[in-house]
Amino acid sequence: MNEEQTKDYAIKLDIFEGPLDLLLYLIKKNEIDIYNIPIALITEQYLHYLNMIKSLNLDLAGEYLVMASTLIHIKSKMLLPVPEEPSDEESEDDPRFELIKQLLEYQTFKEAAADLGKRPLLERDVFVRSAPMPAEIEKQDTEEEELIEVSIFELIEAFHHLVSRIDNKELLEIDLEKMSITDIINDVMERLTREKNLTFDELIGVKRSRRNVIYTFLAILELIKLKMIKAYQTSVFGVIRVFPAVE
Amino acid sequence: MENIKAIIEALVLVSEAPLALEKICAVLTEVEKVQVKDALDKLIAEYEERKSGICLQEVAGGYQFRTRAELSNWVKKLKGSKPASLSPASLETLAIVAYRQPIVKAEIESIRGVDVSAPLRGLLDKKLVRIVGRKDVPGKPIIYGTTRKFLEVFNLKDLSELPTLRELKELNQSQEIDENIPSQENIEDIPSS
Repeated sequence: MNEEQTKDYAIKLDIFEGPLDLLLYLIKKNEIDIYNIPIALITEQYLHYLNMIKSLNLDLAGEYLVMASTLIHIKSKMLLPVPEEPSDEESEDDPRFELIKQLLEYQTFKEAAADLGKRPLLERDVFVRSAPMPAEIEKQDTEEEELIEVSIFELIEAFHHLVSRIDNKELLEIDLEKMSITDIINDVMERLTREKNLTFDELIGVKRSRRNVIYTFLAILELIKLKMIKAYQTSVFGVIRVFPAVE
Repeated sequence: MENIKAIIEALVLVSEAPLALEKICAVLTEVEKVQVKDALDKLIAEYEERKSGICLQEVAGGYQFRTRAELSNWVKKLKGSKPASLSPASLETLAIVAYRQPIVKAEIESIRGVDVSAPLRGLLDKKLVRIVGRKDVPGKPIIYGTTRKFLEVFNLKDLSELPTLRELKELNQSQEIDENIPSQENIEDIPSS
């Protein structure tokens, strides 16, 4: 193989979905009958590709090496003389059988996948009437932005973010202010019913003490658990907005 | 009779998710289910006949108004959003799950010949695939299946509407042969190092 061909291959490397895909490509390229694969030829070309991937310093998935050894194994088996029985053409003892089966199965699903991709896909080819935004959200300047329900991890992330912004000196102060989560819960609900919705930052407030921030966070978690409030954000890492969950 | 069609049309329009036949029947209590189905079929045909921009479609076990696929460019222009498309790896994984469900990860991997952790996670995130349960074998591997959203996204009435696999016949034949020759069965078990 000369240099030019090598380059040609290099471009195509990333399109392979795995060793089976690569084999199918080689079979197609050589116009080979899948039921009668010339193992020597295919093995040679297959190994050639592997060397190419290696020379390009690309990560070679272990699966490719397993397939290489399978191919070599089949090749060596086919070199051995078949004992006694006269060769029954494509006899059932064909060492390629398992591989052919695997290739056919993979090919089937590769085609099925392509067919699936050709179907009229929702949000790509066909569309449904957009779901109405809750009235509270519409008031905000969030039009065109789709709201995603916030997971607990995003809430915790946001909490960390806030806590990290609080001055560390706070830690040394002894806060004698009596607080209970119930108070905070009431406070949060009151503010939410008044304001309709608040961002996570607004709710917790940066200037407050660490203790207050923690209590407010716990209150928010509790309220979400009780399904009294709902938290949404417009995108991953976006602003988290909290709504009262009144129907 | 005409009235039924109009009612159904209204009901489907206001529903956010595909509206099941049973739900329509629950509203139209005096009407026979057959009649409702008949009216639905007529409605579908009417929208089709009119070459309307909207068509009434049976998806994911219900009825829903959808835009015609040919008009996608116009709708996309209005919406200005680019939908996240599925990679070939995701599509292959999804196809295997769809046709072979319930299925465990190892089975998907043996068909694809590669690790499917990443595409599988992506499909779970997109809610096209879900965890159905755990297989009662050592290790209790997770069993995967497709979701209702998969049907909605891929415009399918139900799983039986999936096109039949092309090579299925040939495969089945091969499997029969396979059973006759147990000696060749475990080719992968042969040490490869």
